[in-house]
Amino acid sequence: MKYVDAFRDGELARGIAAAIAREASPARRYAFMEFCGGHTHAISRYGLADLLPPQVRMIHGPGCPVCVLPIGRIDQAIRLALDEGVTLCTYADTLRVPASAGLTMLRARAQGADIRMVYSAAEALALARREPGRQVVFFAIGFETTTPPTALLIRQAAALGLANFSVLCCHVLTPPAIAAILDAPEARAPGGVALDGFIGPAHVSTVIGSRPYARFAAEYRKPVVIAGFEPLDVMQAILMLVRQVNDGRAEVENEFTRAVTDDGNLKAQALMADVFALRESFEWRGLGVLPRSALRIHERYAAFDAEARFGLVYVPVADHKACECGPILRGVKAPLDCKLFGTVCTPDTPMGACMVSSEGACAAHYTYGRVRDPAGPH
Amino acid sequence: MLQLISEVFGRAFDNEWLRRGDDGAVLPAPAAGERLVIATDAHVVSPLFFPGGDIGCLAVHGTINDVAMMGARPLYLAASFILEEGFPLAELARIVASMAAAAKEAGVPVVTGDTKVVEKGKGDGIFITTTGVGALPAGRELSGANARPGDAVIVSGTLGDHGMAIMARREGLAFESGIRSDTAALHGLVESALAAVPGLRVLRDPTRGGLAATLNEIARQSGVGIVLDEMALPVNPQVAAACEFLGLDPLHIANEGKLIAICAADEADALVAALRAHPLGARAARVGEVCADERCFVQMKTALGGRRMVDWLASEQLPRIC
Repeated sequence: MKYVDAFRDGELARGIAAAIAREASPARRYAFMEFCGGHTHAISRYGLADLLPPQVRMIHGPGCPVCVLPIGRIDQAIRLALDEGVTLCTYADTLRVPASAGLTMLRARAQGADIRMVYSAAEALALARREPGRQVVFFAIGFETTTPPTALLIRQAAALGLANFSVLCCHVLTPPAIAAILDAPEARAPGGVALDGFIGPAHVSTVIGSRPYARFAAEYRKPVVIAGFEPLDVMQAILMLVRQVNDGRAEVENEFTRAVTDDGNLKAQALMADVFALRESFEWRGLGVLPRSALRIHERYAAFDAEARFGLVYVPVADHKACECGPILRGVKAPLDCKLFGTVCTPDTPMGACMVSSEGACAAHYTYGRVRDPAGPH
Repeated sequence: MLQLISEVFGRAFDNEWLRRGDDGAVLPAPAAGERLVIATDAHVVSPLFFPGGDIGCLAVHGTINDVAMMGARPLYLAASFILEEGFPLAELARIVASMAAAAKEAGVPVVTGDTKVVEKGKGDGIFITTTGVGALPAGRELSGANARPGDAVIVSGTLGDHGMAIMARREGLAFESGIRSDTAALHGLVESALAAVPGLRVLRDPTRGGLAATLNEIARQSGVGIVLDEMALPVNPQVAAACEFLGLDPLHIANEGKLIAICAADEADALVAALRAHPLGARAARVGEVCADERCFVQMKTALGGRRMVDWLASEQLPRIC
């Protein structure tokens, strides 16, 4: 832990907090979005809101892999397990996301579906090798962080000539999601979310590098600071954003130099380019259908594409009417703005995806942030 | 088969009550002024054997601890077993030997028991339910409802060792570590604590759901809030590291050999000293305080100087994606 604890030093944090308080002008407001659920989690987990002056506000972004997955995609995975009898391997927090017909993967499992939690994608492949009589499908979700491992998996499956393994690919891309937030009508409307800058993703950026964010600085005039997931990283990034705003600059800066380079991980990028191709469009929860925002499996590896193998058709499903996950994912509403928050929607009985993953804005606020709420039914 | 099994039990637990072979055990009444405490706990764990213990010693420790947390001296145990047809006799013998050793070490005999065998597929190998009886001396009144604003919250040692030792061995999540379960009988530690601070208000063992769940229970029972100090929480570095990469929180992870004690603030130092003087309490620490809060929130001052809730856990803790 010695390389981690250094980034959680309370004294240093108070020093940065003092600098933010000193430099942030009381005459204006600073609204920064942390794109990533990892940052949302860190901010909530360490109570960083208490270290910021009132004029600096953090807005949670959509970078939570489980949250942005629309119901239709969860349905696809559940149907595969229930109707086709496949063994579905999935990352853990997906298990509790509400899907259609009152189902979740956990409930489907109780109905007899063979759905297994894996910690790493490689475990799905190992299972397929161990049990050749079983059709194993890996439910691949996540941003660019989890994409290279899936690519590697598909290549390995191809090298092994595995006939009982395929991937339901729901990998999505970060830059189109940031663009969607900046292009959303609410972002432009008077009184809408006036974002003053972004904290850029940590792990995603280790893969894609810092260049893909350049257009947000150049075209949209929004400062971006790429930051690590530790609390001191986040505090330092907020200070750097405050300074950019004060100076009238809009640049991509890299706080996370210990892991992120301009170019990113070229090997991982080549791997992704080999195994995946851009989807023409993909539906996101909250952000709607975004062009060229997600990946499908390249024709070269069609044998491992579960959508092709099982002839899956995507059927969009609307979110629960009262669920505010959409606006919350776009940063235009906060968890407390949702009528369901803390009453019918809790981490025990989540109605929307933002209450499921610990990186979701609602779950983070419910689990960690309620101490700051006014007394009430929540 | 049942004959074989009863021989295994008879040999391992051998004592005057079992030898009699009656339907029940006849036990002496408690001393005048003492009251009886009874507690029961069903034990299901996967894997059955884990670093630092197994389901056998766990079934003994778990129930002894429930009796001890009431302030009582554990005296006797009853044990019943549900075995799935085909469960290997060698594993059963190992589990029973471990139970017998744990009971002997704790000085709490298993005086009666029962075994049922269910068809294959109708059980998960072995389930063990134990019931413990203890004697509660006059004047001791421990309850989760006794915490008062201003009281000190103390834990007897590092958090999360048992749950993480299990998780490290569980299918689908296996990783290499030297983490061992902390499973242990705590009645000796409890006697030391009560000898030093007879006015102890609350004792609880933070098993399933970890420190977070247990403190939330206490807060609700007592109608108070609790504020923890993150810097003061003892966590073994290996457990902290495993939690780190799995995205878990040691506060939510089960313990089987730790207790939480709540006492008046001016008795806290004496209590910590008494716990530390016992081998099972060497890393005892004062970790927080009770406050007035009608919402009954458990919260934490983070190492960074912020505040956050320490919530109950929504179902089983699941690792994060990235």
